[in-house]
Amino acid sequence: MRGLGAVTNRGRHIPVSSQVAAMPRKTRGPWAVAFAKLATDRAAMASLAVFLLIVLACFSAPLYAKWAGTDPFASTLDAVIQIDGADVPVMEQSTEGLGLGYTPIGPTWRLGNYFLGADSQGRDVMARLLYGGLNSLLISGAATIFTLIFGTLAGLIAGYFGGVTDTVLSRLLDVLWAFPIYLLAISLSIVTIAQGISIGPIEIQSGSLWLPIIIIGIVYVPYVARPIRGQVLALRHSEFVHAAINLGVPGWRILWRDILPNITTTLIVFVPLMMALNMLTESALSFLSIGVQPPAASWGTIIQDGQALLYTRPLVALVPGLAIAVSVMALNVFGDGLRDALDPRSKVRLGRD
Amino acid sequence: MKKVLLAASAAALLAGSWLAPAQAEYLKEHRGGTIRLLARSAAGTLDPHINYTDQGWQMYQPIYDGLVAFRKAEGVEGFSVVPDLAEALPQVSNDGKTFTFKLRKGIKFSNGQDLGLKDVVASFQRIFKISGPTSGTFYAGIVGADKCLADAKSCTLEGGVVADEAAGTITINITKPDAELLYKLALPHAVILPADTPAEDMGSKPIPSTGAYMISAFDPNKGMTVSRNPNFKQWSEEAQPDGYPDVVQYDFGLSEEAAVTAIQNGEADWMFDALPSDRLGELGSKSMDQLHISPLSAWWYAPLNTRLAPFDNEKARQAVAYAVDRNTLVKLFGGKVLASPVCQVLPPDFPGHEDYCSFTKNPGAKWSAPDVDKAKQLVEESGTKGQKVTIIVEDTAISRSIGVYLQSVLTNIGYVADVKPISSNLQFTYIQNTNNKVQMSVTQWYKDYPAASDFLNILFSCASYREGSDASINISGFCDKDIDAQMQKALDLGVTDQKAADKMWAEIDRQVTDKAPAVGLFTPKRLDFVSKRIGNFKFNPQFNWIVTQSWVQ
Repeated sequence: MRGLGAVTNRGRHIPVSSQVAAMPRKTRGPWAVAFAKLATDRAAMASLAVFLLIVLACFSAPLYAKWAGTDPFASTLDAVIQIDGADVPVMEQSTEGLGLGYTPIGPTWRLGNYFLGADSQGRDVMARLLYGGLNSLLISGAATIFTLIFGTLAGLIAGYFGGVTDTVLSRLLDVLWAFPIYLLAISLSIVTIAQGISIGPIEIQSGSLWLPIIIIGIVYVPYVARPIRGQVLALRHSEFVHAAINLGVPGWRILWRDILPNITTTLIVFVPLMMALNMLTESALSFLSIGVQPPAASWGTIIQDGQALLYTRPLVALVPGLAIAVSVMALNVFGDGLRDALDPRSKVRLGRD
Repeated sequence: MKKVLLAASAAALLAGSWLAPAQAEYLKEHRGGTIRLLARSAAGTLDPHINYTDQGWQMYQPIYDGLVAFRKAEGVEGFSVVPDLAEALPQVSNDGKTFTFKLRKGIKFSNGQDLGLKDVVASFQRIFKISGPTSGTFYAGIVGADKCLADAKSCTLEGGVVADEAAGTITINITKPDAELLYKLALPHAVILPADTPAEDMGSKPIPSTGAYMISAFDPNKGMTVSRNPNFKQWSEEAQPDGYPDVVQYDFGLSEEAAVTAIQNGEADWMFDALPSDRLGELGSKSMDQLHISPLSAWWYAPLNTRLAPFDNEKARQAVAYAVDRNTLVKLFGGKVLASPVCQVLPPDFPGHEDYCSFTKNPGAKWSAPDVDKAKQLVEESGTKGQKVTIIVEDTAISRSIGVYLQSVLTNIGYVADVKPISSNLQFTYIQNTNNKVQMSVTQWYKDYPAASDFLNILFSCASYREGSDASINISGFCDKDIDAQMQKALDLGVTDQKAADKMWAEIDRQVTDKAPAVGLFTPKRLDFVSKRIGNFKFNPQFNWIVTQSWVQ
């Protein structure tokens, strides 16, 4: 019965188990149930709000720089700004004793006027923070999409076709998996940083944001592919898939209409979690100066810039660090909420309530 | 044996009487204790014939001796060459092509072996047998060197370095007169080591020495212990003076920030690495009496590749030279106290230096301000506007910030520029190799010895350019036949009339500067931060702080 039911429901993206749970409340579909549950999860919603705020702020970076009248990518060591009517140089020379060294101006706490102070090039740290966030978000977001697409493809093919295909793909993924993530990412970055990549018609120049995107995207593929393969393997042997095969439905159609919809929830849960991981990896690479290249910024490069100022202007390193921590935490908490909401087992509990 | 003992005691007596009263008294009062030095890492191999670093050369001074040495003195005096293992400066004959040294008697290595003529001959052979980094340049003029360079293993330097046991002399023959030979012989690459030292890079294994100290322990990851050479008897205060501390303990691994704190707390006495820039303000105001600022004969510069677009165009190169604001660079390096603007090749107070600056507003003797309008006009005229330029810098805070600044300058005058930081270990060889097609880079040159040729001839002669080699020190690929001929003339003239030669070098300096194969950025100064207990700080212009001439008690 259930098998047949699943066959008739093909393409409606409904997990077999959840149909049973959703049955008594005929008015609500599984997605609605999930969103209702997610909406009641205060921690997840608060995290989502925080993350969206950060995204919004970062995407307003060009507007902020324009409004503040500052170029966050050009050295402005001779700049002089006005604070309460007084002229203050952005780089202050020490006047005591031997008069050694220049110290960048500290936070003015005035939006649009070196709010967080300057870095060692006399650039507005606030503007760079927003631009840096934009790059960090773009890279981690794009790398997440890259990972999910390739991870899903590998998982689907390996899990569904099995046999030699599975063996070859799985071993390939094992090889990737065997390398510590950061070691692999660092090695790939160092190899490509100077010359870029040139494979056939595809040419990526060094310094392009596509380099960190692809590198981070590749190293996490096994993380997604493995669980997906497991799920597909289970689905491959489920009755409704057997039924579809026996009815003569072509393989690609089964993959597309029966299996893919059933792993969608897993993929959705992966999005915030992978994005958090990617953000950390991107920051680490940029901190080691093998990610985003100067004068462009990312939170990792700003921390690196700030490292040399840790003693006099600790905020330059602390604020991007905090931004990474908050973003990653928000993504993780939201990801947990999302998983609770979409996990079939938790839905069973919901049904019993 | 008896003879040797007698000679040794006579030498000891003599040494005692040579001591200036001041030094003798000071030695008694301050002798003893341990000086503790810090560096982020070791200076590479311990082998003095191979090591080519500031850090290594500084520590070799109280340890190894050559036939001659730079005087262990402050100021310009420190640039003069004095006899060391040789009794006197050599007798020059054969039109300046033969140098005869008389070896001092009674000197022993730290392992107890007597120093003899065979050690001198073997040491000169060893320079070639181990393919020393300067064997093909500094010492290539010695007779027989060409054969040694072609086949290192069987190097004899026959006819080049000849010992006369009866007379106790060493004769060095060179193929053509060389005004700079004594400087070259005073460098650590020509120190005298025991004849049985293996002809291979000794790496972490200390080699016995003749100086006041010897290396008694070394671990490249931990540190180096330098202690008194038990066989040392002072023979010349100006060449190899006895030192104050009993031990110099050099520890590796601490970061610059941690090293500053250690010195502030009196746990260490000095650090090799540059002070972190965000501690400068604090140290400059609170620890003034522990800081020593000394001029360096060095040059921070940006080589422009004269064989690649856009800088194969002279106007494009001059445009960059006009546009760079040296004051900004000085600021990046820590301010006027630590660096001064420059736009010519030879550093201030260096032989052949005459103030000259063509690429500035109001051209004249000194740089005053950038002339960006002129730069933009030159870029326009050169027809290179809008071309792509990549600047290769070292992956250090200061180099990266200079790179980022130069990038904004290039963008401002009409190029599409980007910066690529490369690991400090690789950058210097990377920018030299023509295969990497480097258009512009940022690097430094520190003098080996005080002669104008060490900058102009080495950095900008046709011979210093080698296609596809990691050792093509003419990074700009600059080759001007006329200037090359003048440099050769100046080198020849130096043998007979150094003053006239220096005048010529000044003119060559102006010509090279005008062609702008490289943009001079600034002249750095050395800032030494020492602990409160360090006394008698002396800075030698050739090898920096004379460690063992300071005391800690």
